[in-house]
Amino acid sequence: MAQDARIGVPERKSFSSRLTNFWQHGDLLYYSLVLLAALLALSLVAAIGYQLWANSALSRRAFGWGFLISSRWDPALDRVFGALPFISGTLITSVVALLISVPVSLGVAIFLAELAPHWLRQPVSFLVELLAAVPSVIYGLWGLFVFIPAVVRPTGVLLNDWLGFLPIFAGPVFGPSRLAAALILAIMVGPTIAAISRDVFRAIPQSQREASLALGATRWEMISQVLVPYGLSGLLGAVILGLGRALGETMAVTMVIGNNLDLTLSLLHPGYTMASIIANEFTEATYDLYLHALIEIGLILFVITLVLNLLARLLIWRVARQTFQEARV
Amino acid sequence: MMLSQRRASWRKRKSLLMLALCGLATLLAITPLLWILGYVLRAGAPAMSLSFLTQLPTPVGVPGGGVLNAIIGSAITVGLGLLISAPIGILAAFLAAYQPNTPLGLAVRFGTDVISGVPSIVMGIFAYTLVVLPQRHFSAFSGGVVLSFIMLPIIIRSTEEMLKLVPTALREGSLAIGAPEWKTSLSVILPAAGNGVLTGLMLAIARAAGEAAPMLFTAFGNPFLSFRLDQPIATLPHTIFVYAISPYQDWRAKAWATAFVLIALVLALNVLARLLVWWRTRQLGSVIR
Repeated sequence: MAQDARIGVPERKSFSSRLTNFWQHGDLLYYSLVLLAALLALSLVAAIGYQLWANSALSRRAFGWGFLISSRWDPALDRVFGALPFISGTLITSVVALLISVPVSLGVAIFLAELAPHWLRQPVSFLVELLAAVPSVIYGLWGLFVFIPAVVRPTGVLLNDWLGFLPIFAGPVFGPSRLAAALILAIMVGPTIAAISRDVFRAIPQSQREASLALGATRWEMISQVLVPYGLSGLLGAVILGLGRALGETMAVTMVIGNNLDLTLSLLHPGYTMASIIANEFTEATYDLYLHALIEIGLILFVITLVLNLLARLLIWRVARQTFQEARV
Repeated sequence: MMLSQRRASWRKRKSLLMLALCGLATLLAITPLLWILGYVLRAGAPAMSLSFLTQLPTPVGVPGGGVLNAIIGSAITVGLGLLISAPIGILAAFLAAYQPNTPLGLAVRFGTDVISGVPSIVMGIFAYTLVVLPQRHFSAFSGGVVLSFIMLPIIIRSTEEMLKLVPTALREGSLAIGAPEWKTSLSVILPAAGNGVLTGLMLAIARAAGEAAPMLFTAFGNPFLSFRLDQPIATLPHTIFVYAISPYQDWRAKAWATAFVLIALVLALNVLARLLVWWRTRQLGSVIR
C-alpha cells in the first residue's frame, strides 16, 4: 500500500541531474559539435564561391561576359583584361593530356583489377598511388630540367617534321610548350584515373565475368564487351575527375608551359593556362582591377571544376549504388 | 569449320595482344615514378649534408647554406593546418560514418568529394581574400589556413573509412552498457580506429607539405628564419619553385637537394601510412575471425 501511494508522486530530482538529463550526459554538446563540424566542412564550397564572386566584382562589372572571349590581356598600358588565351590554353593542354592518359590509365586499371597475379596487385597499386603523391612542384622541376630535353623536344621535332603542315604541329619547336604541359599533365592525372577505374572494375559482380566466360568469350572480349559497358558511367566519372585535376593543376604546368600570351594553335608553342597566369601574376597585381581580373579567372576555374566534379561523383556513385543494390537482390 | 577455328585462334591472339598491352601500359605508367625518384636521388644527394638541413640560405655564389628556414616554415604551416582541420575533420567523419544515409550525412560525404576536387590554387585565392586581404600582408597564418582547407577532405574521407572498419558490436556494446555517445566515440571507437585515423592524418600532412601553388600568395616565402605567424614564411615546395626558376646554377642544384628533402618526407609518410593500414586490416581481420 505504501508503495502504491508513492507511484503518483513525481521523483524529486536535483538540479544537476536534471541538467545532465537535459544535455543527455554530454551528448547534446557532442551532437552539436559534430553538426557544427559537418556544416563548417559543407559551407566551405559556398564560402569559396562567395568570396571569389565578391572579390571579382570590379572585373565582372568592367568586362561582363566579354571577359570570356576577349584575348587582350594588357595590365600595363590599357588596363584591359580578357581570359581567352588562358581558357583556350587550359582546354588544349587538358584535352591532349587526357587523350594520352586515358588509354594508358585504363590499361593500368584493367591490369590491376583483372590480370595481375594476386601478389603483384598490392605493390603495383602502391607504386601508382605514390605517383599521385609526388608533389606537383617536383614534377615541374623534373619536367623543366629532365623531361623536356629528353622527351618533349625530340618528340616536338619529330611531330613537326612529319606533321608540320597541320596547324597544331606548326613550328618553330620550343622546349617549354603546351606539349610539355600536356605530357606532364598526362603523367600526373594518370594515377587518379587508373585508381578510380580500378575500383570501378572491382565493384562489378563476379557473376558478370563468369557468365561471359561461360558463353565462350575470351578474356579481352569479357573485359571490352561486358565489363567496360557495365562500368561505363563509373569509368566516365574517372575520366571527368582526371579532367578536373588537369584543369586545376598549377605548379608543374607553370614551370613547363613557357608562359606566353601568343594566340597560336600550335602545341609546340609556349602558352598559358588559367592556373599558371594566377600563379605568375597574382603577387604582381598592383591595382584592384588587375587583382579582380585574376580572381575572376580563379572563379571561372572554380565553377568549371565544381561542375565537372559534381558530374563525375554522381556518375561514380551511380555505379557503386547499382552494384550494391544488385548484390543485395 | 576451318573458318570458325581460324576465327577462334584470331580471337585468342587478339585477347593475348590486348592483355599484353595492358601490362605494357602499367610499365609505362610507373616509369616516370622511377625516373623522378632516381633523378632526384642522383641530383639531390651530392648537395645533401647535415649542414643543408641545419643552415639558413646563403646569397647566390656564396657556398654552403641550407633550407632550415623552409623546413621550419613547412612544419609551422602544416602543423597549423593540421590543428585546424583535424578536429573538424574527425568530428565530421563521425557524422559521415554513422549517419551515412541521412540528408546531412549524404551531403557531408558528397561535399567532401567535391571539395577535394577544388584546385589548390583556387583554395589559395580563397584564403587570400579571407585572411591576407583584411590583414593587408602575407603571413604564415594564412598559409596554415589554406593548408587546412586542402587537408580537410582527405582527413574526413580516410577517417570515415577507418571508422566503418570498427566492428559495430564494439559501438553497440558500449552504448548498451549506458555510455553516452560522446564517450563511446572518444574512448571506444576512436582508440579502436586509432592507427587508421593516424593514417589519414599522415596522408593529409604528406599532401599539404607538397603544396606550392597556394603558398605563392599566402605564406609568400621568406629568405630569413621566422617563427612568427603574422610574418611571411618559407616552405619547402615554394623554395624548390623559387630555386628552380632562378637563372643561377648553384640555386638550381639546391632546388634538387630541397626536392630530395621534400620527396623523402612525402614518401616516408606515404609508406608509413600504408604500413599502418596493412597492419590494421590484418589485426582487425583476426579479431573478426
